[in-house]
Amino acid sequence: MNVRKIVNKLGLAVCVFLLVSPALLFFIWMLSLSLKFEIDNGAYPPILIPERFAWKNFTGVFESNSFLLYFWNSIIVTGSATIFALIVGVPAGYGIARLKAHKSAVVIMIARMTPGLSFLIPLFLLFQWMGLLGTLWPQIIIHLVVTVPIVIWVMIGYFETTPMELEEAAMIDGATRWEIFAKVAMPIAKPGIVVAFILSVIFSWNNFVFGIVLASRETRTLPVAVYNMLSFEQVSWGPLAAAALIVTLPVLILTVAAQRQIVAGLTAGAVKGG
Amino acid sequence: MSTLTSSSPAAAASPKKGKRLRPSYWPFIIPALVVVVGVILFPWAFTLWMSANEWRVGEEQQFVGLANYARLMSDTRFWESMGHMAVYTVLSVVGPLIFGTAAALAFNSKLPARGLLRGIFVMPMMATPVAIALVWTMMFHPQLGVLNYLLSLVGIGPSEWVFNPRTVIPSLVLVETWQWTPLVMLIVLGGLAALPTEPYESAQIDGANSWQRFRYITLPMIGPFLMVAVIIRTIDALKSFDIIYAITQGGPGTASETVNLYLYSVAFTYYDIGYGSAIAVVFFVIIVALSLILLYLRQRSAWNAGDTR
Repeated sequence: MNVRKIVNKLGLAVCVFLLVSPALLFFIWMLSLSLKFEIDNGAYPPILIPERFAWKNFTGVFESNSFLLYFWNSIIVTGSATIFALIVGVPAGYGIARLKAHKSAVVIMIARMTPGLSFLIPLFLLFQWMGLLGTLWPQIIIHLVVTVPIVIWVMIGYFETTPMELEEAAMIDGATRWEIFAKVAMPIAKPGIVVAFILSVIFSWNNFVFGIVLASRETRTLPVAVYNMLSFEQVSWGPLAAAALIVTLPVLILTVAAQRQIVAGLTAGAVKGG
Repeated sequence: MSTLTSSSPAAAASPKKGKRLRPSYWPFIIPALVVVVGVILFPWAFTLWMSANEWRVGEEQQFVGLANYARLMSDTRFWESMGHMAVYTVLSVVGPLIFGTAAALAFNSKLPARGLLRGIFVMPMMATPVAIALVWTMMFHPQLGVLNYLLSLVGIGPSEWVFNPRTVIPSLVLVETWQWTPLVMLIVLGGLAALPTEPYESAQIDGANSWQRFRYITLPMIGPFLMVAVIIRTIDALKSFDIIYAITQGGPGTASETVNLYLYSVAFTYYDIGYGSAIAVVFFVIIVALSLILLYLRQRSAWNAGDTR
């Protein structure tokens, strides 16, 4: 009996290792690529841990390619699109949940089905006509296509589960709807706002397709910048992998640190951006 | 917008208070409604309108009715891209579905450091797709890539992966499966968490083995969740862009060009806006139609399983 228990445990451990290893090994290999000199990256058989680490791959990324500018662009675009989405999306989620207007959420669902490119054609022309191309505004505005539906979707779910009794009590005490929203409903829904914020940041940060069309040389976000390194500027693997790692590292840290919230949000709404 | 928000508290305090007037919740929604109309509904309408026009950037716009759609019918590159999309989508639904369900079963049992492991497992779907694509491109490299080295360890000859028209789609599906298995896992895990324990107890008494328990108890009960996973996966696979564009740009030749990539080329490489809009409309209709069919199937399976969602 005891032996069988141990065998079962071992079997489970092997299963879990097999499941996690594709993800784990991939990111370890990514790290390895980014820390190797060209000669080690071209070696056969491949080397996992080199004798000398090429730290200059990382410092080099920041020294060239206006990488800091692109990092800043990414922060501005993602930050603005997320904050704006929270400002309009949290009240909207509340309103839809209280009005029980679930049918309106269908629009959000269809928006999720719509290919990003079909938003891009009209908005691209609109931005061109308004003379906004060359600034960060087109990207901030079009990222709302990703962030607003995520926030509304997550918030509807949260406000539906918050108890009505407190709000009714506040109403009897003579509080207005806005006071109730700000002082009763919002504080209870704080975990939901955190989930909406995290998911919105991640999917906006990762967005690539809007950037390749709308970004000019000065307004690139990180995913576009790293793609351009691949196609035009560089062929050496070390610096490329280092750049890729820098682009995705904030998201990876956020994922592991806030995995509980992310899992809750994703299973509730099964949302995904773009 | 500012006048609306400032007038609403007054509206809420109006004499009709006792009736719990529902319209007073509208001011909460209006700002978001403006955004949705601006960046979601307007583009839909505009795309539909442009699809009935012949227009390239820098040229005269001309109303042509359904001519763009007629052109689509005889566009062999479009139909080829439809074929690529169909193969790509079917494979990218089936792969994550199998592995995701297996992973959910494993994660549903008591594990040490379950949270951390789940965090690592979810990383591929949260990581920046372009960054991932870049590393996969290096791994696919026929001479220096680590994948061919791994194949040689188990005695399999080298593959050309994304550099050969015949293997490019399966190779891209490999990336897509790696990336999106976690999402299926999360959805199915949600279903497993809601399962009752009684059927398993009685099955234990009846002497059912673990495969029988999975086949006849677990699988039927998580059916509706699997359907949700299939729907979401289908939509995302049809729309897949970042990975394909960053790794192959639809190549070699047009061997991995799906409708979404063809649409990109027409609209933003050739700047053929009218024709591109027509493709976007057809593409959108395909996605919505497929989703509705799958939703209908889900409704039926939900009926059988007594699911109320």
